[in-house]
Amino acid sequence: MDATIFFQQLINGVSVGSLYALVAIGYTMVYGILRLINFAHGDLLMFAAYAAIYGIAIFSLPWYVSFPLAVLITGALGIILDRVAYRPLRDAPRISLLISAIGASFLLENLALVIIGGVPKGFPRPDVFGKVIDIWGLRVQVLTVYTPIITLLLLMGLLYVVYRTKVGKAMRAASKDFETTRLMGINLDRVIAITFLLGSSLAAAGGLMWAMKYPQVNPFMGVFPGLKAFIAAVLGGIGNIIGAVIGGFLLGLGEILIVALVPGLAQYKDAFAFIVLILVLLFRPTGIMGEPIIDKS
Amino acid sequence: MSKARRDQLLSVLGILVLFSVLYLFQLFGTDYQIRILNNMAIFITLAVSYNLVNGICGILHLGPNAFITVGAYTSALLTMSAAEKQASFIIEPLIWPLSVLHAPFVVSLLAGGILATLFAYLISYPVFRVRGDYLAIVTLGFGEVVRVLCNAFQTVTNGPLGLKGLQPHTNLWWSWGVAVLTIILITKLINSSYGRAMKAIRDDETAARAMGVDPFRHLLLAFLVSAFFSGVAGGLLAHLITTISPTLFTFFLTFNLLMMIVVGGLGSTTGAVLGAALFAWGGEALRVVENPINLGVIRIPGIPGMRMVIFSILLMVVIVFARRGIMGRKEFSWEWLIGKFSKSPTGGSSVAS
Amino acid sequence: MHGFFETKNLTMQFGGLVAVSSFSLRLEQGELVGLIGPNGAGKTTVFNMITGALAPTAGHVYWQEQEITGLPLNQVAARGIARTFQNIRLFVDMTVLENVMVSFHHKIPTMFWECMLDLPRARRTEEQIKRESMELLQELGLAHLAHEKAGSLPYGQQRRLEIARALATRPRLLLLDEPAAGMNPLETMDLAQLVSDLRARHSLTVLLIEHDMKFVMRLCERIKVLDYGVTIAEGTPAEIQSNSEVIKAYLGDI
Repeated sequence: MDATIFFQQLINGVSVGSLYALVAIGYTMVYGILRLINFAHGDLLMFAAYAAIYGIAIFSLPWYVSFPLAVLITGALGIILDRVAYRPLRDAPRISLLISAIGASFLLENLALVIIGGVPKGFPRPDVFGKVIDIWGLRVQVLTVYTPIITLLLLMGLLYVVYRTKVGKAMRAASKDFETTRLMGINLDRVIAITFLLGSSLAAAGGLMWAMKYPQVNPFMGVFPGLKAFIAAVLGGIGNIIGAVIGGFLLGLGEILIVALVPGLAQYKDAFAFIVLILVLLFRPTGIMGEPIIDKS
Repeated sequence: MSKARRDQLLSVLGILVLFSVLYLFQLFGTDYQIRILNNMAIFITLAVSYNLVNGICGILHLGPNAFITVGAYTSALLTMSAAEKQASFIIEPLIWPLSVLHAPFVVSLLAGGILATLFAYLISYPVFRVRGDYLAIVTLGFGEVVRVLCNAFQTVTNGPLGLKGLQPHTNLWWSWGVAVLTIILITKLINSSYGRAMKAIRDDETAARAMGVDPFRHLLLAFLVSAFFSGVAGGLLAHLITTISPTLFTFFLTFNLLMMIVVGGLGSTTGAVLGAALFAWGGEALRVVENPINLGVIRIPGIPGMRMVIFSILLMVVIVFARRGIMGRKEFSWEWLIGKFSKSPTGGSSVAS
Repeated sequence: MHGFFETKNLTMQFGGLVAVSSFSLRLEQGELVGLIGPNGAGKTTVFNMITGALAPTAGHVYWQEQEITGLPLNQVAARGIARTFQNIRLFVDMTVLENVMVSFHHKIPTMFWECMLDLPRARRTEEQIKRESMELLQELGLAHLAHEKAGSLPYGQQRRLEIARALATRPRLLLLDEPAAGMNPLETMDLAQLVSDLRARHSLTVLLIEHDMKFVMRLCERIKVLDYGVTIAEGTPAEIQSNSEVIKAYLGDI
C-alpha cells in the first residue's frame, strides 16, 4: 500500500480511537461503581448531537455556546437516567438493572424517532474544524488532528477530578468496595450522580466530534459507537480509566487499519469489534489493565 | 381419580378446545385475525424457549435473534425450489449443494432447529465462560455477527436482498401445533430434575456446584433446547411472512422477546405465554397510534415509532415497579383454576382427592 | 499411600497475604475431626481448597488414593465430598424438598430427553429421588416442612436443611462449616447428637469447623488448631485443652 494512504489511515484510526476512548470512559466509570453496563450510554452521543443541532438551528447560538451547552444537558440527562432507571434498582438482582438499561436505551432512541423523525439530519460543522491542512505531505482535516488533542485534554481534567478531589476519592473507594463505602457514611447516590455526570459529559463531547466526523445524525447513530466503546472498555480492562483510553485507541486503530490493509474485509468491519471482545474474554478476561471479571458466584 | 390423572385429562381437553377454536377461526376468521393468531403462536414458541434460558437459568442471553435467523434461513433455503433460488439470487448465485437441495416443509423446520442448535453449540464455549453483564454483551455480539454475516455471505443468504417469494406453508395448525408441543416439552424439562438443577444454578451457582451440579452442562442444555425451538419458530416465521432479510432479525426482535418474558414474569412459562399473547394482540391494537386517526372534523397524524416508545416505557415500568411481572415465578395449574371456581370451602380440591 | 483422605502442605495466598500456610491433615475412615481457631484463622479457606471452590497456591489434596487438587467444585462433590456453608446458602426460592432433591441430580441415570418425553424411567427416577429425599428430611426432622420455601424457615432449621442437602449427595466425607452457629445451647446439644447419629448411620467421616468449644470437645475425637493460617496444635480434646499455644492464641484474641 501507498505509504501516504497508510499514514492517512493511521491518523484516521487515532482519531476514531480517541472517540471510542471518550465514550469508553463513561462505561468503565459506571461499571466500576455499579457493575452495570449502561446500555443507554451510547445513545447519549445521539442526544448530544441533536442538542447541538437545535441549539444552533433554533436558538441561533454560536457553536462555541451551543456545544458546551449540549455537553452540559447531556450530563444532566445522565443524572436523570440514573435517578429514573437505575437508582430504584440498587438492591435488585443485576439482571433487572440490565433490563432497565436496555429499556432506557430503546426509550431514548425511539423517543428521538418519534419527536425528530428517522430522516438523518446534517450536522452544522463549524468551519474551524472543517479546514484541510497539509502535514508532511498528508492532507488532513483539522478535526482529525484536534480530536485526539481534545480527548487528551478532557482525560487530564478527568484524572484530576478522580485522583485529586474528594469526590474522586469517594468514587475510587466506591468502585473498590461498594458496601463498605456505603457504611462509611459517604453519600453514594451523590457520588454515583457525579459519576454519571462526568461519564455522560465525556460521551457528549465524543458525540459532537463523532457528528462532525460523520455528519449524519439519526436516532440510532449512538448504537454502534456505544457498543464498540464498551468493547474498548473491556479490552482495556473494565473499571480502569486509563485502560478504557488504551482500549479505545487500540480498537479504533485496529478497525481502521484492518480495512486499510485488507479492503475485502470492509463489509465485516462491524463484526471486528465483537470478535475482539470474544477473544479478550476467552484469553485475557481481565483486559489489558483490569481486574478479573469472571464472576461465577 | 388421582390428581395427576385429572390434570392430564383437563390438559388434553384444553388442547382440544384450543384447536376447535382455531378451527372456527380457520372457517370464519378474517385473514387479519388468522395472521395475528399465527404471530401469537410463533411468539409463544419463541418466548417460552427464551424464558428457559433467561428465566429458569437466570442468565441474560441477548442473542435469540441469531437462532431465529439461522432457523429461518435454513428452512427457507430448503423449501425453495431450484428454479426459485436461481431467480432470487440475481447478484451472486447460490453455492452448491444449497442450490439444488429441496425438502418438504416439516423437514426444513427440523433442519432449521438442528442448525440453530448446532450454532448455539459452537458459540457456547465463549458464552458460558462469563456471566452476568458480560454474557449479555457476548450473546448480543453473536446476534450482531450473524446479521453481519447474513449481509456479507451473498452466496448463501443473498445478502441484503434476502429471500423472497417463499411458499406460505405456515398455517394455524403448524404454528399452534409447534407452540403447544414446545410448551409441553419445555414444561416437562423445567419440572424435571434437570430443571431443578437449572433453578438451583439461578439461585446460587456456587451452592449448586457444591451439590454436584455442573453449571456448564445445564446452562448448555437450556441454551441448546432453547436454540432448537427458536430455530423451528424461525422457519415458521419465514414461511408466514414469505420474505426474509437480515433487517428482520435485529436486536429489536430480541428486545421484543425480552419484553414479553419480563412482562409475563421472568421464570414463568405461563408468564411467557401470556406475555407473548399480549404482545401479539397489543402490538396490533397499538397500531392505531402509528396510523392517522380521523375524528371527522380533525385529523390526527400517525406517529411512527410510537409503539416502541410505549413498549420501552412499559418494560421499564414493569422492571422498576413490578419486577415480578404478571406471574412472578408462579405457573398455571388446574388446581388453582378449580380453586378459583369452587366458592364453597369443601369444593374443588377436597372432592378431587 | 495417602490413606482415606489427606491434604499435604495446602497453602493459599491472596496477593501478599498468606491465608493458610502448609496445612497438612490425614483422616482415617469414620473419624470425626474438629478444626478450630480464632476468627480469620483460615478455616473456611481450608474447606474451600479441599472442595475446589478455591485453587490452592501450593499443596495437594488426596482422596481415595487419587489427587483431586484443583478439581472443580461439582466434580469434588460428585466424588463424595460434601460441605455445608457457614453463611447458609440454600436455594431460597425452592421448597425444602426441592433443595434436597437437587443433590440427587448428579447421579440420576435418566437423560434430559427422557424427562422431556415423560418416559417411565424418568418418572420412576423422580419418584425414587423424592422418596429418598423425604427419608432424609425425616431423619433431620424437617419432613413436615417439605413444601415450605427454604428461605422461610427459621435459622436453626435452615442449618439442618444445609446438612440434609449435603447428605443427599451421598458423601463419604462431610465438611461442616460452623453447623452450630447462631443456635442456643439446647439446639447445639441436639445437633451434636444428630451429627454423631448421622455419622454412624451413613458411615461418614466428618471434618467440622466450630467456635462452640463445648460442642467440639464433646463431639470430636481429634482436633486441629489454626491461627493466622498456621497449624499450632493437634491432638485429642484433652490435649488441646491443656495446650499452652492454643490458650495463648485464644486469649490473645480476646
